[in-house]
Amino acid sequence: MRRREFIRISSYGLGGAALLGGVTTDWFHLYGGTLPNPLTNGDRVVPTFCELCFWKCGVLAHVKDGRVTKLQGNPKDPLSRGHLCPRGTGGTGLLYDPDRLKKPLVRVDRRGSQEFEEVSWDDALNVVAENFLKIKEEYGPEAVALFSHGYGGSWMNHLFRAWGSPNVAAPSYAQCRGPRDVAFDLTFGSGVGSPERTDIRNTKCLVLIGSHLGENMHNTQVQDFAHALRNDADLIVLDPRQSVAASKATHWLPVKPGSDLAILLAWMNVLVTEELYDREYLELYAYGFEQLRDHVKPFTPEWAYPRTGIEPELIRHTARMMGAARPATLIHPGRHVTWYGNDTQRLRAIAILNALLGSWGRMGGFYVPASVSIPPYEYPALEDEGLAPADKPSPSDYPLADEVLAQGVCDATIPGVRGVPSIRAWMVYGTNLPSSLPEPAKTYEAIQALDFLVAVDVLPAEITGWADVVLPEATYLERCDEPFAPSYREPYVTVRQEVVPPMYDSKPGWWIARELGLKLGLPSFFPWKDAQEYAEARLKPLGFDCETLQREGIVMGERQPIYFEEGAVPTFWTDSGKIELYSQKLAAAGFDPMPTWHAEDIEDPPPGYYRLLFGRAPMHTFGRTTNNKLLLETGPENAVWVNTEVARAWGLKDGERIHLKNQDDVTSTFTAPVKVTERIRPDCVYVVHGFGHDTKKLRRAYGRGLNDSELVTRTKVDPIMGGTGMNVNFVTFVRPDAVADASEPDTVEGAVAEEVAS
Amino acid sequence: MSAKRYAMAVDTRTCVGCTACVIACKTENDLPDGYARNWITEIATGTFPSLDLTIRSERCNHCDDAPCVAVCPTGASWIGPGGIVLVDPDKCTGCKACIAACPYDARFVDPRTGTVDKCTFCVHRVENGTPTTACQDICPTESIHFGDLNDSDSDIARVLRTREHYTLLPDAGTTPRHYYLK
Repeated sequence: MRRREFIRISSYGLGGAALLGGVTTDWFHLYGGTLPNPLTNGDRVVPTFCELCFWKCGVLAHVKDGRVTKLQGNPKDPLSRGHLCPRGTGGTGLLYDPDRLKKPLVRVDRRGSQEFEEVSWDDALNVVAENFLKIKEEYGPEAVALFSHGYGGSWMNHLFRAWGSPNVAAPSYAQCRGPRDVAFDLTFGSGVGSPERTDIRNTKCLVLIGSHLGENMHNTQVQDFAHALRNDADLIVLDPRQSVAASKATHWLPVKPGSDLAILLAWMNVLVTEELYDREYLELYAYGFEQLRDHVKPFTPEWAYPRTGIEPELIRHTARMMGAARPATLIHPGRHVTWYGNDTQRLRAIAILNALLGSWGRMGGFYVPASVSIPPYEYPALEDEGLAPADKPSPSDYPLADEVLAQGVCDATIPGVRGVPSIRAWMVYGTNLPSSLPEPAKTYEAIQALDFLVAVDVLPAEITGWADVVLPEATYLERCDEPFAPSYREPYVTVRQEVVPPMYDSKPGWWIARELGLKLGLPSFFPWKDAQEYAEARLKPLGFDCETLQREGIVMGERQPIYFEEGAVPTFWTDSGKIELYSQKLAAAGFDPMPTWHAEDIEDPPPGYYRLLFGRAPMHTFGRTTNNKLLLETGPENAVWVNTEVARAWGLKDGERIHLKNQDDVTSTFTAPVKVTERIRPDCVYVVHGFGHDTKKLRRAYGRGLNDSELVTRTKVDPIMGGTGMNVNFVTFVRPDAVADASEPDTVEGAVAEEVAS
Repeated sequence: MSAKRYAMAVDTRTCVGCTACVIACKTENDLPDGYARNWITEIATGTFPSLDLTIRSERCNHCDDAPCVAVCPTGASWIGPGGIVLVDPDKCTGCKACIAACPYDARFVDPRTGTVDKCTFCVHRVENGTPTTACQDICPTESIHFGDLNDSDSDIARVLRTREHYTLLPDAGTTPRHYYLK
């Protein structure tokens, strides 16, 4: 059945009749009423780019009487194309959040007590500088680590380069996209980047492996996804849950969690045995086809069936669809891919499938991006460059990691994990580490061991509560940042501008980095007076008209060929100079040179437990948006998705509030309502990540929904690059009356309302 | 100048239910906290794994036979330019007869004014030189079509000519001018 029965579907004929059947009177002022006008248009409209997530869509901010009234997409911006996702639309909810960090804070009680004293910027930065310098004297500059996330982090990265610490980590690598980047680099000699070089817009067959576009709301990708649907592209979705994308799929394959690699191998088997691959392309560009052909022979669809639960004929049929649409077939690499610890190999399998179909560099597959090359600012040469970061137990571990492992820096802070800790202080910029790193108990242990912790953020979060000094940053609508010139379909430059002056006593990141840099004795690295002067120094030599850039928000570069077929040059920066189906680098490092199935990689949940899966909701970015008044209206909390049969067995009712408890007896602090649904397999449960904040400083977010991060007490680390596989935790249900000392969230809404009114 | 007949159509094939339309409407129209003029409906049917999910962005249907206008005792609910169903706050007493009469639950009382509020098809935009509604303008999947049915070259007339579509609760007899594309 396609639709609910009560919906009567009008035929073309009836639709046409409805069009003609209305009254054709001039309606205007039929009753003479007053036309409403909310008067939200700005007296000025400032172009800038968004930071509600990290996609960086062009925004037009309407400012009326000094207040930002609404945010729209900038039609000139290649990423937003005039449209925004709900988060970007609700950016004023961040700007005017009454819980924002307003003044620099210095801790006055034990760490984590949330007791702070408001101080001046000068005093706060002096405390930071004194602590950093003291640690430098005793342990060297490398004993100070930076964790950062978000575009504004570039100023802190620059500060840390100048300071001389290689311990600069972002959870966006080993907790998110790292395995993908390494796998594509191993295969094609370059990564997929951000924005990803996926040509979703022109694809004829889109294959999503757990990627839930539409819920995962990277604006341009979702726009292109809709475009592909309008073009009747085939859509194949592999997901244990009927995601929104799966609901629109030609074929949804509700794969057993953890067995994705088995399907990918079986698809390769079908492409190879039925000769559906792009022979000419492989002969020209690929290395190791013969080895791969022999390697995938045993992985038949019949072999995959018991491991994945997907019928052999469906595996064959979908492989044939991919073959028929090639090279405009796109097996999407996804983004958050740290699932099972074998993630680099799974992403290698995705890369190889794309190679077999000849989609890399081709229309409807992966385009060849181009960017405007902005020369770096000329700073003095650095001493001591090349100091190794402290993120790995030994240099031979995770040999193919190409960024610093955030969890490794955390480990290097905990006494005993690697002997004497080598990291003594952290700066944390824009990332709530207890939720962005797995195993929160370890994060808290590291924090307790630190000599000093400074947090820079816009809103309070769990991490700011543990800091010694908290520096309130201005929001993206109140500050300039580095010019942004991404590798994309068309080269362009865009700027983030101060739409309104910083509220309260908040300061932009560039100012914080510069003032701290001066106090740390690094004036030669901060010769510019502000971000605008810095940007002009970089852009003017290129002949960029900075006034146009400020007025329009965008300056386009010249479009280059982006497909091999239109003249883009096939270049593969691998050892062989070719697409490596067989990876010599992996072989040399002692790993499988081609992805293979290791049954021991995947553990089944114990009886009465279900695999905990987590994902995204379109109106939220992790826990960063769950205090946003506007976004909470359409996404007020998360729910625990439970299969109908499982719910029946447990006697769980739709909407009933429950805790989740994991295999290590960790119970979620808060509850979430059960969503009883057919849209998920019975062997797993699903929640949206980012809820269940337990800091009362976030008065709206506190106690809303449950926090999946608390339950990720176990990881499986990818031996190739150190990614922390997090979908290896199992949970069961606990009713609130069975939880001793359960925290009942206090009602804090009233307090917020009062403050907003005043 | 021939009269306009405004209509809207939401493409359920591409709508992902992200709620950008809801947030954009709230900021465009300066709506009170906790209230919205549009919303997302999700209808899941079937048994795992044979499932169907329908997602719709919904709002006032701007009915040709609008029961809210018919029942309004003060004439506050009225038919404005292009057939847009509107509420004149100066005439509205907040009696809620229209709320009871609306089969689509599309109206609410604005707690700030005590008067009834609802979708206006962004009449302040579309009658003043901006041809799009805020929800349509923001929509990342371009699933919202809006325009003048009396203009056969308009996007809305074209999609309704070429795509299968339906209206909500046709048996209510209200003749909605808000359509859903299959």
